[in-house]
Amino acid sequence: MLSFLIRRLLQTVPTVLAVVMLVFVLFSVVPGSIISTMSDDSDPQVEARMKKQLGLDEPVYMRFGAYVAKLATGDFGTSFRTREPVTTMIAKRMGPTLQLIFASMAFAVVVGVPLGFVAALRPGGIVDSAAMVVAVSGLSMAKFWLGLLLMYLFALKLGWLPSFGYGDGGLKYLILPAVTLGVSPMALLARTTRAAVLEIMTADFVRTARSKGMSETRVVKWHVMRNALVLILTTMGLQFGALMGQAVVVEKLFSWPGIGSLLVDSVLQRDIPAVQGSILVVVLFFLAINLLIDVLYGVIDPRIRYA
Amino acid sequence: MTGSPLIEVEDLRIDLNHGSGQVPAVEGVSFRIDRGETFGLVGESGCGKSITALALIGLLRPPLSIGGGVIRFEGREIQRLPAARQRALRGNRIAMIFQEPMTALNPVSPVGRQIAEMFVLHQGKSWREADQLAVEALASVRVPAPQRRVKDYPHQLSGGMRQRVMIAIALACGPDLLIADEPTTALDVTVQAEIIELMRNLCAERGTAILMISHDLGLVANVCRRVAVMYAGRIVEERGSADIFRAPSHPYTQGLVDSLPRLGSRAALGRTRLQEIAGVVPAITAFPDGCRFNPRCPKATDICRTTAPETTWLEAGGLVRCHHHA
Repeated sequence: MLSFLIRRLLQTVPTVLAVVMLVFVLFSVVPGSIISTMSDDSDPQVEARMKKQLGLDEPVYMRFGAYVAKLATGDFGTSFRTREPVTTMIAKRMGPTLQLIFASMAFAVVVGVPLGFVAALRPGGIVDSAAMVVAVSGLSMAKFWLGLLLMYLFALKLGWLPSFGYGDGGLKYLILPAVTLGVSPMALLARTTRAAVLEIMTADFVRTARSKGMSETRVVKWHVMRNALVLILTTMGLQFGALMGQAVVVEKLFSWPGIGSLLVDSVLQRDIPAVQGSILVVVLFFLAINLLIDVLYGVIDPRIRYA
Repeated sequence: MTGSPLIEVEDLRIDLNHGSGQVPAVEGVSFRIDRGETFGLVGESGCGKSITALALIGLLRPPLSIGGGVIRFEGREIQRLPAARQRALRGNRIAMIFQEPMTALNPVSPVGRQIAEMFVLHQGKSWREADQLAVEALASVRVPAPQRRVKDYPHQLSGGMRQRVMIAIALACGPDLLIADEPTTALDVTVQAEIIELMRNLCAERGTAILMISHDLGLVANVCRRVAVMYAGRIVEERGSADIFRAPSHPYTQGLVDSLPRLGSRAALGRTRLQEIAGVVPAITAFPDGCRFNPRCPKATDICRTTAPETTWLEAGGLVRCHHHA
């Protein structure tokens, strides 16, 4: 198990390096720079001075080398915009983003998994059809549109919840963005759960369970659930990664002070160190979640053992 | 065959329902099994023997359903009992062992727990007590180191061990009837004999009747006192197992007996080729008119192609369904 963990952690290094390199190359070819976004007047002397100051006069590979060298010491560099260390900026934004993502996933699991179970127990029934309509709509609806609808209904019309912002960090501020972000993983989990349960219900060991004289509820509770969990967990793992990406839209929409809005602002202003740092954090989060899921597989399914 | 039977099946029909209607997959099946008796049901794949067993234990799932007939357990009709009453019988009084021990056990649950469930379900034991009883149950099917083995998962056990676990589950509550559906088909030949022996001894000790289902006439005749041969959803012959070997009455049974490989005798007769029955089993949706065996039968005449044969009771005991029975 330990050697498995160490090996997996080492495997993340090339992935991280590749991501860093990709972002570096992309930003060296896209037009515009921090300087052009900060002022319209293009005094070549001022520009040259700023470039030198920010280290942008060096060739890409030199900058890349320097960046990676600093990264190895845990230094993410300094923001072009705010002159703050990127680590500080990210640290401030990390909390709200994690809050949002975990709340969304909690919503997705709490609603999606039972929905899938109920749908699978009576395939073709009313609950099943309704659940699948919800699931397909949830998957198809654009996040910004759904967010606007929810805002309109719950903030503007009903006045139950604040329309945007982080406020005092209270739960009521979290609900709308979390639901907006959580609807598509919820829909996907409902579908995956339904498919998993339907498949497991035809397994031989379920017939054995029935032959023992078990009620259907017990069959599901004692024998189907844990087997379905493996498939549900896989979907969850993949969705966590996707959430991190989709959070960008939702955070922007709800003015949520997380990594996503930091990333968008930084991209717009060509604040390369901040972009680099944000993306790196997203990638690391994704890798960490995947590792966690892999470990959980072994806990749930005894046939999976790590050497 | 005196006294009231343990289980009695009368004119059972099992329908296969599909979009536009239904076709009978099993028809006119009747048999009875006495307390502690061993009864065999033999036939090729698809002849309806397994679904007959599933009907007895109330586990037919759509698209299959009981279309008619009566199943009586200790004199009571059980196929129309409320679900909860049926469940109280299932596993407790009527238990079943399935063919594939690899997939018949839950892969993510320790085998001890899968045995313990029986005591929790039917005897109202706590999990603690049930776990203890599971160790004893595992010991009773001669699994070495049961104390340790209860914590194992199915994939950690060999096929033979897994089938022992299945037997432990099935016999946990001391059922009156054990249905064994091809219990050794998936096992090595050497393990087969052990498992059959174990099953037979345990059932004899407890007075449990066995309904053994197999395609292997030799095996069934060896284990069971009486044997019924099924073909295309009907019982074509039912005899004492010694009689069925010595003097098969139905041409299909004759074919089955002839196609058994016999050590030595073949060489002595100067034959090297294994006998077979010509043709294939008809599909459920395309059963032939008259006797369903007629297209493959060496004795078939015109009447066989138009009229289904009635049951003939044999003088020596048993029954046969053939216009030209021996």
